[in-house]
Order: sequence, then C-alpha cells, then structure tokens
Amino acid sequence: MPFPILTSIVALPVVGAAALLLVRDEEANERLVRNIALIVSILVFAETLLLWSRFNAASPDFQFVERHAWIPSFGISYFVGVDGISLLLVVLTGFLTPIALLSSWDSVHKRTKAFSIFVLLLESAMMGVFISLDLFLFYVFWDAMLVPMYFLIGIWGYDRRIYAAVKFILYTMAGSVLMLLAILGLAYLHSLGAGGAYSFDLLQLYQLDISRPLQFWFFLAFALAFAIKVPLFPFHTWLPDAHVEAPTAGSVILAGVLLKMGTYGFVRFAFPLFPQAASLFAAPLAFLAVVGIIYGALVAMVQPDMKKLVAYSSVSHLGFVVLGIAAMNTQGVQGAVYQMLNHGVSTGGLFLIVGMLSDRRHTRLITEYGGLKKVTPRLVAVFLIVTLSSIGLPGLNGFVGEFLILLGAFRWNPRFAAFAATGVILSATYMLWMFQRVNYGKVTNEKNATLPDLEPREWFVIAPIVAMTIVMGVVPNLFLRPIEPAVNRMLSQMQEGSPGRVQVSIAPDARDGRRPAATNVIAVTRSRR
Amino acid sequence: MMSLGAWNAIVPMACVTAAAIAAMVAEAFRAPGERMPIGPLGAIGLVGAGISSALLWNHNASSFGVVLADNFGLFITIILVIVGLLSIAISEPTIDRERLPRGEYYALMLFAIAGMMLMATATDLLVIFLALEVLSLAVYVLTGIRRDSPTATEAALKYFLLGAFSSAFFLYGIAFTYGLTGSTRLDRVGSLFEAQATSPTPMQLLAVGLLLVGFAFKVSAVPFHMWTPDAYEGAPPAVTGFMSTGVKAAAFGAFVRVFLAAFYPLRSNWSLIVWVIAAATMIVGTVVGVSQSSVKRMLAYSSIAHGGYLLVALLSGNDLGKGAVLFYLLTYAVTNIGAFGVISVLDNFDRPNDQVRDYAGLWYEHPALATLMTIFLLSLGGFPPLAGFVAKWYVFSAAVKAGYTGLAIIGMLTSVVSVFFYLRVIVMMYMTTTETPARFPAIPRMAGLALVVSAIVVFYLGILPTRVLDWAAASISTIF
Repeated sequence: MPFPILTSIVALPVVGAAALLLVRDEEANERLVRNIALIVSILVFAETLLLWSRFNAASPDFQFVERHAWIPSFGISYFVGVDGISLLLVVLTGFLTPIALLSSWDSVHKRTKAFSIFVLLLESAMMGVFISLDLFLFYVFWDAMLVPMYFLIGIWGYDRRIYAAVKFILYTMAGSVLMLLAILGLAYLHSLGAGGAYSFDLLQLYQLDISRPLQFWFFLAFALAFAIKVPLFPFHTWLPDAHVEAPTAGSVILAGVLLKMGTYGFVRFAFPLFPQAASLFAAPLAFLAVVGIIYGALVAMVQPDMKKLVAYSSVSHLGFVVLGIAAMNTQGVQGAVYQMLNHGVSTGGLFLIVGMLSDRRHTRLITEYGGLKKVTPRLVAVFLIVTLSSIGLPGLNGFVGEFLILLGAFRWNPRFAAFAATGVILSATYMLWMFQRVNYGKVTNEKNATLPDLEPREWFVIAPIVAMTIVMGVVPNLFLRPIEPAVNRMLSQMQEGSPGRVQVSIAPDARDGRRPAATNVIAVTRSRR
Repeated sequence: MMSLGAWNAIVPMACVTAAAIAAMVAEAFRAPGERMPIGPLGAIGLVGAGISSALLWNHNASSFGVVLADNFGLFITIILVIVGLLSIAISEPTIDRERLPRGEYYALMLFAIAGMMLMATATDLLVIFLALEVLSLAVYVLTGIRRDSPTATEAALKYFLLGAFSSAFFLYGIAFTYGLTGSTRLDRVGSLFEAQATSPTPMQLLAVGLLLVGFAFKVSAVPFHMWTPDAYEGAPPAVTGFMSTGVKAAAFGAFVRVFLAAFYPLRSNWSLIVWVIAAATMIVGTVVGVSQSSVKRMLAYSSIAHGGYLLVALLSGNDLGKGAVLFYLLTYAVTNIGAFGVISVLDNFDRPNDQVRDYAGLWYEHPALATLMTIFLLSLGGFPPLAGFVAKWYVFSAAVKAGYTGLAIIGMLTSVVSVFFYLRVIVMMYMTTTETPARFPAIPRMAGLALVVSAIVVFYLGILPTRVLDWAAASISTIF
C-alpha cells in the first residue's frame, strides 16, 4: 500500500492541534506553542510540495486516490484524490497557513494556544474540502471548517468581531444546508438507478442522468452555497465584515483559501454535475460576476479603511474567477483556476501588509498614513510589488490569470469581456490611489515618522509572497501545466455530458508507466454509452 | 421452562424496578446524616437492565402477549439505560447542594425509567397507557422536587395539569379504538384497521386523532408544547436533562409503534396532520428559541425543535425513517444530557447561572467546561463531525426518500436558525468578558466524567457512526 499522503496532509494538522492540547496553557509556553504550530504547518507544506513533485502533470486523472468504506450502508466512503485543479489549491493552503501563523506572532498574545489549535484545525478542514471525492465527506469538511474560522474571528478579531463572526457562520450555513439537501437528493437519485444502493461517490454521481428540472433545482442549491462563499454579488455582504474584523491571520486564510472553496465548488461540483443547468445559468452567473467586478471596484475606491478596501477588491477579483468559469472554455476555466491561486497570494499579501501597518499604528485608516516611503522604504517596496500584482501588471502573477479569463470570456461572449475589462482599469485606480495616499507625499502624521521598517520575522512572512508573485508571473506554465488536463477533462465531460452522459470509469493506471509514484490513480475516460 | 421464558421480556424493567424499590427501602432505613451510596445502587440496576437487553437482542422475547422485547424496544431500552446512568452521575452534586431526599429522588428516577422501558416495549394500548402514567407521575414529582422553590412548584403543577389533560385524551383514544376493534392489542388493531382502510369511518379518525394529541403532548409537539419551557426551567437541571431525553425516547418509541404499526393502514389520513405538526414544531421551536434569555428555556425550545425533526423521521415512515428515529434519540439523549449536565454543574446555591449572560467569559474561568458545552451545543446545531450532524442527515435522508422535500427544506432552514441561539451561548462563553465573573463551583468528579464520556460519544457517533447506524437499521427490521 502506498503511503497515504493525502490523509496525512489532512491528519497532520489535527495531530499537531492535539499535541498542542497537551501543552500547559501558560505565558511561558507561548514560544513553544508557536513553534510547534509553525513547525507542523511547515511540515504540511512540505508534504504538499512532495505531493506536487510526484504528481503526474500530464494526466487528467485523480491521483493519490485513497478509498475506505466509511458508512457502507449509505454508500459513503472516505474517498480522496487530487487532480490538477485541487492539487494547486492544496499547495496554496499549505503555503499560506505557516505564513498566517507567523504573521500573528506579534499581534496575537491572548490565548495563543487556542489560536494555534484553531488555525491548524482550519487548515485540516480546508485541505479536506479540496481533496474530497465523496460528497458527504466534502460536506463534512465544508461545514466543519466554519467552526474554527468562527472562533478565530470572534475571539481574536477587532471591535465588531462578534457581529462579524455570527454573520459569517449564519450566512455560510444558510447557503450550505440546501446544498446538503441536494446532495441527499443526488444520492437518492443514484439509488433509484442502482437498485436501492446509495452513493455519495462524486465519480459515480457524475454519470447520473438527471432530468432537466431536477438539474435546475440541484444546481440552484449548489450554486447558492458556492455563490455565498465566493462571494458573488449580491451575496457578498458578509465578506467585508468578516475580513475587516478578523485578525490578520484570519483575513489571510479567509481571502487566500476560504473564498476559493466557492469557486472550486463551481468547477468541481456544480458545473460538471449539472451540465445542462450550468449552461442555462452560465449567463446569469457571468452577469452577476461582472456586476460584482465593477461594483466591488467602485465600492473599494471610496473606502477609508485599507482592510475594507482590500475586502471589496476581493469581491471584484473573485468576480473575474466566476466569469472565467462561466465562460466554460479552456482559457476561461484555466485562467479562473490560475486566478484563484493568484488572488490567494496577492490578496493574502495585501492583508499581511495592512496587518503589519496596523500592528505598528493600531489603525487601518488611509488618512492616518502618508509618506511612509521615506520612513519604511523596505515595507513600501514589498507593498508596491504586491499592489502591482493585485492590479495585474504584466510580469507579475495577476496579469496571467486576468488575461486568460478575459480571453476565454471574449471567445464566449465579448460583451461580458468588455465590461469585465473595465474592472482591470478600476482596480488600478483604487489600488494605486490607496498606495499613493499611504506611501507618497510628506509625512503628515508625526506618529508615522518613527515607524520601524520590516523586521526579520516579517521578512519571513512577506518574502515568500513576493517571490511567488514574481515566479507565478514569469513562469506561469509551471502552474498551468497540471491545471490544463484537468480543466479539459471537466469541460469535455460537460460538453459530451448531455444527454448520454460521460462514462467515468475507475481503473488502475496501467497506461502511464512513467510515474510509478502515482500508482493509485482514477482514470476518468470518456466513452459514449 | 416456558413459564420462566414468559418473563424474559420484562427482565430489564424488573432490574430497574428492583433497584428503585431498594433505593426506597435504603432511604427508609437510613440513619439521619448517614450517607448511603444510593446512586451507585441505581446504577447497578441500570447496568443489569443494559446487560439483560444485550442478552435479549435478536430474541424477540414476548411476555404475556403485551410486552415485546424486540430489537426496536431494546434499542430504546439501552438508550434509557444510558440516559439513566448519565443522569445519576450528574444528579449527585444537585442533590448535595439542594439537600434533596436522595433515596426518593433516585427511586422516582428509576421508577420513571422502568415506566419508560415498559412504554417502549409494550404492544398493547392499555399497557402503553399504564407505562405512560408510571413515568409521568414520577417525572411530575421530580419536576417539583425542590419543594421550597416557587418556580419548581409552579412548573410541577403546570406539568401535572396539562399532563393529566393529555392522559385523558390518550385514554379516550384507547377507548374509541377498543370500541371500534374490540381489542387494545396493536397487532389486532392494525389488522382490523387494515381491513377497513379503504373507507375509514369518522370514529376511526377520532380515535387516531385523540391518540395523536396524547402523544404530541408527551413529545411536546406544537401546539401541545406549552408546558415544556416552564417545566424545563423549573426543574433542577439534572432532572430537566433526564426528562427531556428519557420521556422523549419512551414516547417516541410508543409513538412509532402505534402509528407505524397499528395505525399504518390509516396513514393517508394522519400523514397530513403530522406533516403540519412537524413543520410547526420545528418552526416554533427555533423561532421562539431565538428570543430566550435563559439557557434552560432556550434548550427547552431547542428540545421542542428536535422533537420536530423526530416527527419528520416518523412521518417518513420508511426503513430509513424508523432507523433515524432510533439514531436521533440516542444522539439527542447523549448531547442534551451533556448540555444540561454543564448547566447543572454551573448551578450553585445562591445563583442558578442559567441565564445566557451568566456564561460570559466562562472559557477564561473554566476552559474545560466551556469546551464541553461548545461540543454539545455544536452537536445540537448539527455541525460535523459531531453526532448531531449525522442524526440530522439521517432524518433528512429519510424525508427525501419519502418525498417530503418541503419538510426537509423547512428542517434545514430551521436548523440554521437554531444555530443562531446555540451560538449566543458560545459567543458569551468565548467572546465576552464580564466585570464580575460568576463564582463557579469546582466540577464534581462523577459529573465531570459523565460529561467527558458524553462528549466522546458525541464525537464517536459523529465520526464513526457506522456500527450504531447498522444496529439502528437492524432494530427496525425485526418488527414492522
């Protein structure tokens, strides 16, 4: 039996959290707690890199598959695996968690042990969401993830943290319970066709022949859950509150990973499971996405609070991702997946920098700053790089994703692409304007005159982000290569998917002997029934 | 040996009754001021009941033609054993603090459990009624066992009056059923109704309706739930935990047996009414629960709402639904006793600490207790990977399968609303601090152990539910 690397990625943070429970909760142990949490999260990141290095990028199949019966009478199994899409999101999660932990070393002094435990549990649940190939398992992780995030916002957040935490959890739950119902409906539908045998196995459910009206309702139930999570306009109102009130680590994870679950859900579940409904809803979704792009950008422009500005910029950027998915062509979806990664890196970076400023001055209001360039030149330099990457300057990561998305959208429907493109301009406006007000000009507030520049710990936090923005901008193919086969598989699955559905078969990887490492592979082959 | 075999089915309740009598005798012969281990005595009786139930498993033992120890009844018996053991463990500190008469307290609790066990295994309407009265009378007294407390007395009286009222309905229902069929045996009633099912007479519907009202009172379904918040608030928290779970388990056991066996032929006539009651119960339970400032009242409304989910499972009527009732009762029992156990531990003599605001900053004072309470509340709210999630999922699977999608949607949405009020307590415990922290007593050892065990079971049923799910599924296959 090969080493169950995916399980270990999910389990290691839980083990780390359990180990932390054993540490006595004392001031003196704070360093120990932090070190344990950081080391565990770095180990998880190393594991995700190992996963990537052994991943066969040429194959569209699910790899590193593990399957164990869990609740056999209901056809529920512990069934995990990654393809190119989820692989990179797993790596992103592994990448951002240690950064988030490290970033809070100075700002979180209250109950550090519980904080670290919640971050680790959150990491585990997020990983679980991305690797689940069983809908029940997916839902378990999807809902379980809310609890640690709720505590992170509610205990370590800013002033209105309770309101934000409760709003966050209720909004997301309200969306997802109907998805649970749709999942039950799918399993039941499967039992009708399979002599009473339930199944929550995603690959088997892909093959279901679902009538149009049912597809319509199921898609709506799934889409509502994902749209709230993304968040798609007009379901975005929880996001600014949660982002603004969350501690820096929470914001980084929220923006970097949690929002991606919504868009990932569209790519993995809502679209391929219900292709007919998806093509029906693609245009309305794209419309909402474009409205979100422009609306988010306009609202971001007038925010006095930097964190809120970045939060609304997320609404705008995630609009691009949804637009790319709705385009349903290779460029669009590939760009969307790439943009998920980009957004995780650059918006994560922006929140980190805002957090660093806020640690120094205990305010996030733009007007409180000004002229930082002379005081903290290094901080401003990395701030500039991250800002430019968020805007989508060619040579940095944001450009590649947005370009692909717009290309895909243009091929599908030029009007959407035209309106979305204004979002690129608007994002340059609000980001650069904010950057200018904070960093250029004279030092207007004397409190700013003595701010310290980046300290070594902060270099460790922000340098990986800066490096990633450059790497992802210069060699995008490194990341696009594993994404492409998986995206193409999903698209052809959808196109051929109606009305004689795609045959999704499970076979050991016999065709591809090149990579003995990835033996446990599930092939998704296409053959007409 | 036939003559001895005829007694087999009542062995579990005989064990409990013996323990109850022993407790009474022990109390009578107790010297003033002498401490007697009456709680452990009751536990021995309960363990005996548990062991005999395990031995009776799969035997379908029947006694006197009116008690049938099939797996369905035994599953509920085992739930009741668990309820009893946990309740005894969390009752000790309450008894000490409130200076309650220990022997009487345990005797009443054990008699109530014996009644519950009889109710869950009885196959004759009259025996069900008998069991109902045994358990009800004991629980009325337990509710008012703090004699010097006006709220407890009021609660007991209210509970008693409404309960007596509902018993009358129940008895009327039995009388009509007997008048129509000439029998009170469930199987004969069922086969006679079956023969006339095509055109039910108004009399039949009246009989069904009266029994439905009687059961609805006992499971506190809307609109017969009025007594619940008052009784739950007035009783000591340990008793509330006991009655909110035990009475529900027993009543639902009989409810399922009567309505899914005897009255099943008339299902098309009662299903709409139960649909409405289930929907109203879920909605009222959660919506009114939101506005409560007392944790006990909040949990009372939450318990009403959970009764609504159980009604959904019952209404589904398929195999999934019956299994779901059993699994749900088990998870609900463990979780709810856990939650009331925490309240009971926090209760101290000069301050009941049962308001939501009393929980402010509990996490900073008592991290372990706050964590346990969080686990129970999140499980009640249906968060994975806790037992409550699997239970709800099971119920709604049954509803979807039976085609009650509307009810499932109502259930899903109300469970989101209910999360709001569970979170209020969590917000208080973790996210607020108070100037004058309440003085919380130290956690008594047995109660702490019971809470930890409950929490472990909550996790176990949430993460590895397979075995218990299979048992629940196997239990229903032996009857119906």
